[in-house]
Amino acid sequence: MSRFISRALLTPAVLALSAVSIVPLLLTIFYSLVRYNLLEPSPFTFNGLTNFYYFFSDNAFVPALKNTFTLVLSVMLITVVLGAALGLLINDAFPGRAIVRVLLISPFLVMPSVNALMWKNMLLNPINGLIAQVSILFGCTPIDWLSQYPLFAIIIMVSWQWLPFACLIFMTALQSMDKEQLEAARMDGANYPQQLRYLYIPHLGRAISVVVMIEMIFILSVFAEIFTTTGGGPGFETTSITFMIYQQALLSYDVGSASAGALFAVLIANIAAFFLMRVIGKNLAK
Amino acid sequence: MHNKSSSTLLYLRTAFAWFFACVLFFPIFWLALMAFKTEAQAIASPPLLFFKPTLQSFYDVLERANYVDYAFNSLITSVASTVIGLMIAIPAAYSMAFFPNRSTIGILKFMLSSRFMPGVGALMPIYICYQYFGLLDTRIGLTIMFMLMNLPIMVWLLYTNLKELPKEILEAARMDGATLAHEFRYIVLPLATGGIASTALVCMVWAWNESFWSLNLGAANAGTLSWLIASMSSPEGLFWAKLSAASLMAIAPIMALGWFCQKQLVQGMTFGAVK
Repeated sequence: MSRFISRALLTPAVLALSAVSIVPLLLTIFYSLVRYNLLEPSPFTFNGLTNFYYFFSDNAFVPALKNTFTLVLSVMLITVVLGAALGLLINDAFPGRAIVRVLLISPFLVMPSVNALMWKNMLLNPINGLIAQVSILFGCTPIDWLSQYPLFAIIIMVSWQWLPFACLIFMTALQSMDKEQLEAARMDGANYPQQLRYLYIPHLGRAISVVVMIEMIFILSVFAEIFTTTGGGPGFETTSITFMIYQQALLSYDVGSASAGALFAVLIANIAAFFLMRVIGKNLAK
Repeated sequence: MHNKSSSTLLYLRTAFAWFFACVLFFPIFWLALMAFKTEAQAIASPPLLFFKPTLQSFYDVLERANYVDYAFNSLITSVASTVIGLMIAIPAAYSMAFFPNRSTIGILKFMLSSRFMPGVGALMPIYICYQYFGLLDTRIGLTIMFMLMNLPIMVWLLYTNLKELPKEILEAARMDGATLAHEFRYIVLPLATGGIASTALVCMVWAWNESFWSLNLGAANAGTLSWLIASMSSPEGLFWAKLSAASLMAIAPIMALGWFCQKQLVQGMTFGAVK
């Protein structure tokens, strides 16, 4: 009886998630094998692997792949390292800690399109942007970040958004450390680097896996930051896999080729998920 | 001696912490400052830190962009998607936390892996489906999408929360003949309120700020604030004061909520990684 009820309670969630993952996946596989352009009236002629050929031989493909990896890895590295450092810094009490925490969490609450436009205009604009104005003040030539170092600018925007998340998760994790153990280590003369190496960093293991997992989900599909600032350009310098598929799907209406790309994106995400899940499953299922 | 060095350390720590917090917060402060400037002041060189604040940009935005409609769309979609999501996720998490069997971990992993599927992977089928059912650019369509997007994370967060509850209390209640509904209503729910609240908070923030689906499935009718701001990027990009005013109004509600419930928000996001 209780078995029946527990199944019944679980079913809606499983059905809903299957509907949003397995069904689209099957449809995407189907679309990727047919010739299907929303602008052409005759749909659904079998097309073999031509769509895949077009997607992989697209000029944007190699840069997009490289940009996606650069973006994901840089943001993760920046947020985990700086986040842990900041987390350690605000771990113990100091005057105004509550306000500092409020200030720190704020970037996480800013929506991506506001984040992107704010950086693009008010901060990075080469003429009136704050950074340009400050560099003029110091007699330097202002840099047009979004056309000279576009990917770097995107990395800064996304890191700014996710650093607070990492920092606060780490801080919460540090709060739960065993104080007596720390005290004992100090008594025995462990210096700060040693405490870091043997106590703090091992303790952060689980928190790091959570941060990496959530960031992986969100950063693999970063969209608004690119959409509202560079539109993938200049050239393909900020085109990510996500953005490339979007361009093929909703700008050239080529459903077939976009679906081939989408399957590739799903594959990348699943490889990432597979490795993460082993670590996280171990950590969270305990 | 010891005291002196530890108080120096405290000063240093305080100074650094405040410094980094201010640096990270500065872009938002600057945006807020811009919103109260006139267009001329906004692009003044050198940038103005002190000026006579004006509400003109806010009036302009409210007058022209039907900000209220978009804010209403954001509010409806984020609240409704969270509430519906909870109604599906709570029973599921409850079932897995209190009636675990061999497949529980497998189902959990399936759920989380479905969240790993990037939005673009499902964009084409969902776009075509939405077109077919007339859900494009409707609030219902966006609500469903936001709900499905947050559902896996909701189930995980609730599961890690419910798993922490002492099983003995439940067993005692069952011995006393409590039905499942009673057990849930009088024992589980009161104990899990904190966890449910922080889960709801996280998902509401993510739905409010969501920008992939709202940009691709929404338009002028059901567009959320995220859509409104993105649509201002090209035509109004040069009107910084108005853009800032609109942006500030778009982030203010959720930021106020986040500040107010900061502790729950952070607790909610730890995914049970922190005991």
